[in-house]
Amino acid sequence: MDIQNRKLIQIATAGSVDDGKSTLIGRLLYDTKSLTTDKIEAIEKSSKQRGYDYLDFSLATDGLVAEREQGITIDVAHIYFSTAKTNFIIADTPGHVEYTRNMVTGASTSQVAIILIDARKGVIEQTYRHFFIANLLRISHVVVAINKMDLVGYSEDIYLKIKADFDALVEKSDFRQEQITFIPVSALKGENIARHSEEMPWYVGNTLLDHLEVLEPSDLQESSVARFPVQYVIRPKTEAFHDFRGFSGKLYGGILRVGDEVTVLPSLNTSKIKSIHFFDKEIEAAAPGSSIVITLETEVDLSRGDMMVKSSEVPKSEKQLTATICQVNNKALKVGGKYILQHGINRVMAKVDQIESRIHTDFTGTEEVDQLKLNDIGRVHFRLSKPIHFDTYDTNKSNGTFILIDEGSFDTVSVGFIEG
Amino acid sequence: MSNLFIPNPKEAESIHILREVAAQFERPVLLFSGGKDSITLVRLAQKAFYPAKIPFPLLHVDTGHNFPETIEFRDKLVAELGLDLIVRNVQDSIDQGKVREERGRYASRNTLQTTTLLDAIEEFKFDACIGGARRDEEKARAKERVFSVRDDFGQWDEKNQRPELFDMLNGKIHVGQNVRVFPISNWTELDVWEYIRTEDIEIPSIYFAHKREVFFRDGMIWTANEHVFRESHEIVEERMVRFRTVGDMTCTAAVLSEAVSLDDVVGEIRDSTISERGARIDDKRSEAAMETRKKVGYF
Repeated sequence: MDIQNRKLIQIATAGSVDDGKSTLIGRLLYDTKSLTTDKIEAIEKSSKQRGYDYLDFSLATDGLVAEREQGITIDVAHIYFSTAKTNFIIADTPGHVEYTRNMVTGASTSQVAIILIDARKGVIEQTYRHFFIANLLRISHVVVAINKMDLVGYSEDIYLKIKADFDALVEKSDFRQEQITFIPVSALKGENIARHSEEMPWYVGNTLLDHLEVLEPSDLQESSVARFPVQYVIRPKTEAFHDFRGFSGKLYGGILRVGDEVTVLPSLNTSKIKSIHFFDKEIEAAAPGSSIVITLETEVDLSRGDMMVKSSEVPKSEKQLTATICQVNNKALKVGGKYILQHGINRVMAKVDQIESRIHTDFTGTEEVDQLKLNDIGRVHFRLSKPIHFDTYDTNKSNGTFILIDEGSFDTVSVGFIEG
Repeated sequence: MSNLFIPNPKEAESIHILREVAAQFERPVLLFSGGKDSITLVRLAQKAFYPAKIPFPLLHVDTGHNFPETIEFRDKLVAELGLDLIVRNVQDSIDQGKVREERGRYASRNTLQTTTLLDAIEEFKFDACIGGARRDEEKARAKERVFSVRDDFGQWDEKNQRPELFDMLNGKIHVGQNVRVFPISNWTELDVWEYIRTEDIEIPSIYFAHKREVFFRDGMIWTANEHVFRESHEIVEERMVRFRTVGDMTCTAAVLSEAVSLDDVVGEIRDSTISERGARIDDKRSEAAMETRKKVGYF
C-alpha cells in the first residue's frame, strides 16, 4: 500500500468549544499511532505545566499561539493521519456561533462530517447549525459522535434520547437516514474510538475508526456528468511536439474517453477527443478528479476558462443566476454590489440584483434582509457580465459553486451554491 | 473498465495548483532547496506541463552552509531537465551589511535566508513563490493556505487569511503583494517518500545512511564541520546516519540509520517515532518558533 493506492477520506469536524472536539481528534491521532514521540512529549509537558492530571490531547491540534492562550480554535486546521488502508485528512473547524464561515470552508473539501454532541447537553442550537451546513454542502455522510458518555454513566437512555432528537432534525433536511450514523463515545477515555467500549455493551455498531475505515471514496463521490474546465493551454513548440496543442485541466463529475464527441463552451464548437495524456503516458479514459491534458481532432478556439463537455451533456449557459450565498468576509454583501465571480477557474463580473432572504441556520425559516453579513446564509439573485456554464449544486457540486472576490481588496468574500 | 485511469487524488490536486499558478501569475518562481519536498515539486511541475517545459524558473537561496551533496545534486537536476536556475547567496546579504552573522553555540544562517529571499523577490518582481511546505510538518503550518498572500514585507497575517473553498484558488493581488503557494500542503512526510519511491525519483545521497563525522548535543546529532559551532568538550565521532530533511548544516540534525535504499527509508518513516521537524534545531528554540518566523516572512 502506498500513496498510489491507499484510499483518501476527507472529514470535517464540527462541535462547540466545549464538546471535546480537539480531544476527539487528538485521541484518533494517538490511537492510530499518528502522534510521534516528540509530539507526545510536548503534550505531556504542556499538560503538566497547566496542572492537568491527564493527557490533554486537544493540545495536539490547537495550532496558533493566540489560540493556545485563549484555549479555543479559531480557524480551519488540517490534520493528517493514516491507517494501513486509508489516508485521512481532517479539516478541523471551530463550532462557535460566529464561525459558520470556517465550517463551510472545512466542509467544502470533505465528503464526511463528524458532528459532536456533548451527551450532558444533548441536541442544542449549535447542533442544528452544524447539521444545516452539512446539509447545505450536501456532505455525503454524517457521523454523529455523542461524546462524554463517561459523564452520563454510559447511559443508553440518554443516547437514545439524543438520537431521537437528532432524527427529528434529519426529517427536516435532504439527508436520507442511511447517510447518518450515530456512535456513543468518550474521547477522553478512548471508548468506541479505536476500541469497542466495555462500558457500553448495548452499542453493537462499529467504533468511530472502524466506521471511517469502511467508507469508500467511490460511494462518497457524486456521479454526475463530465465537466472539463480548461486551465492552461500547453504548446511546447519544440521539434518533437511541434504541432502539439493540449488542453490541461482537472476533470470533474464523470468520465471522458478518447473518441468522445465534445462541445466547447462558450463557442459551442464541436470536436472529438483525439488523445488524453497524463505526463508522458497516453490513456484511453480518465476518471473524475484526474489532472490531465486533452487534445482534439480538429482545430477549435479554446482558451483558459472555457469548458469542454460531452456533446450530449451540455450545461446551461446563462447571464442570470440564483444561488445560496454564505458570506465569509467582514464586508457585507449588498444589493447593487459588484464582484468578481470565480466559477471554478473562470472569472466574470457579477452584480447583486436582489437579496431574497436570509436563511436561519437552525431550520426555522427565512427573513427579509437588505444585506448579508459575515456568517449569514441567504438566497441571492445575480446578473453577470458574461454567461457561465453551470449546473445546479445539487446535480454537480464542482460545476455548481463559485466564490465572489471583492474588487477593491481582492479578498474572497462569499461562496455561492447555484440553485438555477 | 480496465483502461480507466484512476488518479492519485493528492497528485492531481498538486498538478491543478501548479497549473493555476502558471495561469494566474505573471512571474512565478519555484523555491528550490535541494530537499525532497522541492524535488517532488519539480516532478509534479514536469507532470503539470508536459510535453512543454516547466514555465517558471527555480530559485535557490544558498546559505553557503549547504551540504555539498545537495549542491551537486541541484546542478545535475537542472542540467538534466533543462531548467532555469537562479541562485542568490546569503553571503552577499551579509557582505552588504543587510544581515549580521549569528555567533555562538546555536549560530545558524537559517533565519538570515529571509532577507535574501525578500530581496530576490523584489529584484525579479516575483508575484508567486512556490514552496514545498506541508501542513503536517508543524502546528502553525496546519492553518496555512494553499495560496498564502504576503504583504510588501513578506509578512503572514494568520488572522486575515482568505478562506479557500472547494478547489477554487484566488490569486488576485495588489502591486507589491506576492503569494506563497504550497502545492503539496496536503501531503504527509510518508506520502512524499512513497511518491519518491513509486516514481523512482532521484534524491541527494545524504537522505540515505552514510558514515559521517558527527557530535551529540541536546539529544540531537550534529554534523561536525567548520560551519557548525562546536565546544571543545563536544566529541566528534563517526556514525552511520542519514538526514530526514535537507536544510542548512547548522540547523539540520541527523538521525542514526541503516536505511540505504528507498524501501528502507519508507519503512523507517512508517515506523518512526520522531517527527520530521523534531530533527530541525530551529524549531526547538521555542514552542511557537515557527509561527514567529513565518510572521516575519520566513518561508
